[in-house]
Amino acid sequence: MSKEKIVVLVDDDEDALEQLGLVLKSAGYGVRTATSREEAEELLLSVHPDLAILDLMMEHMDSGIVLCHTLKKLYPGLPVILLTAVTSATGLDLKPASAEAQSWLMADAMLDKPARPEEIRSTVARLLNEPAEVVPDHAH
Amino acid sequence: METLRVLVVDDEPGMLTGVSRSLANFKFRLPDVNGDIGFTVETAATGEQAIERLAADPPDILLLDHKLPGLSGLEVLERLVTPERGMLTVMITAYASLEAAVTAIKRGAYDFLAKPFTPDELRNTVRKAAGSLILARQARQLAREKRQLRFQFISVVAHELKAPLGAIEGYLHILKDHSAGDDPAAYQHMIERSLIRSQHMRKLILDLLDLTRIESGQRRRDLVDCDLREAAQAAIETALPEAQPRGLVVELHAPPALRLTADRSELEIIMNNLVSNAVKYNRDGGRVDVTLEDAPDQVTIRVVDTGIGLTEEECGRLFGDFVRIKNDKTRNILGSGLGLAIVKKLAQLYGGDATVASQPDVGSTFTVTLSRTPPPAEPAVPEAPGHDA
Repeated sequence: MSKEKIVVLVDDDEDALEQLGLVLKSAGYGVRTATSREEAEELLLSVHPDLAILDLMMEHMDSGIVLCHTLKKLYPGLPVILLTAVTSATGLDLKPASAEAQSWLMADAMLDKPARPEEIRSTVARLLNEPAEVVPDHAH
Repeated sequence: METLRVLVVDDEPGMLTGVSRSLANFKFRLPDVNGDIGFTVETAATGEQAIERLAADPPDILLLDHKLPGLSGLEVLERLVTPERGMLTVMITAYASLEAAVTAIKRGAYDFLAKPFTPDELRNTVRKAAGSLILARQARQLAREKRQLRFQFISVVAHELKAPLGAIEGYLHILKDHSAGDDPAAYQHMIERSLIRSQHMRKLILDLLDLTRIESGQRRRDLVDCDLREAAQAAIETALPEAQPRGLVVELHAPPALRLTADRSELEIIMNNLVSNAVKYNRDGGRVDVTLEDAPDQVTIRVVDTGIGLTEEECGRLFGDFVRIKNDKTRNILGSGLGLAIVKKLAQLYGGDATVASQPDVGSTFTVTLSRTPPPAEPAVPEAPGHDA
């Protein structure tokens, strides 16, 4: 197997972080975590991830979006997944509806929270251009 | 300055110019409204013209002559199906034609003005209509804002309840699928985390119920002679199991008894929130000092901690609904974000207030004052229906 791919997870809910980490570790990824935007920014100075998964709403409404922009500036081309629980809760639909909205958000994918493990693994595999077989217990 | 548009409909040219002149420089003030209220006057000579104008761009106030060639004033009134934007109609009737005035009011006119009238009579009638119009608009605006606030509140509640539920469900799925390997300790940890999150959810629901009862005014308040010292002591005892293992000292400084007329459970909510916050957000080995002060007109509760403290910006928003200061120092502290909002609302119910002074990493001082003569338990003005969030 090639070099282990590193996924950075950022979420202020430590349980969500733990569960997400488990899903990715069991899929063979290396996992680094941070629980705030500041912590993530520090982590990213020493870790160059292959992919990042960010919670949209952390200490501020827009922490995830701001962090996403920082990440893309630091590592252009790094795939980023935004996790959001706001869609159904507030009626705000932040899903990029158009190409323009997508480019503004800069995220490569948006997933509703809580996301199903298969959904996370297949999205990560897709963004890393990996065949689905990488995932050992993948259903398909 | 707010300018209201008046449309005068009369077939007498003299009446049109008279009204225009009387209202041209007329201004008045309303309590609770910033700036003067003034008028611009537009005119129409027939009922047909009036109907056209009303359809195109309805004015704020319609001064409508009863007797018009062609379509009469009453017929114009009949065609105004809905009082758009709360337009008010004042019917101009011939003197001694009380019957026409009564009919007009029955058909939805706000008021009537009997001819001949003096400029002052006109201005008084217009002032009354304008005042009523503006107040009605303000009431509608308030109701809209209230609905909006309520929607936001419910959205945040949903979000705050979804987070722990999502965490618990996530762990249950892992337990069900046995997808965390073979170490039993890992699963034990997940069960413990699930219990902590469900406990948090319960606390959130209880706080929500407290808040809802306070805000709806539906909570039955039992105002009796209470001892605030007793409430403070009970709150300290409740907090001790959390304070002692962390080496925290909690001390009460109060007169032997401090009596006031209050609802006992409300005093308990205030004291419990203050003391448990001071313990939760403290450093290990720190102090909590609860001081009660008696004065003829009010009592003061002061809770001083040696905890993580707050920045000025954080102090500013601390008492809002669902405000939780999220940072490295507070991440592992569970809270609903409603406790201090509840304390402030209760203090205000007692004609007092809740404030905070703080310094990051040094500590915070929370001060709650309660007036000895609280305002009446029920709001003097009945709330609009639907205010229950």
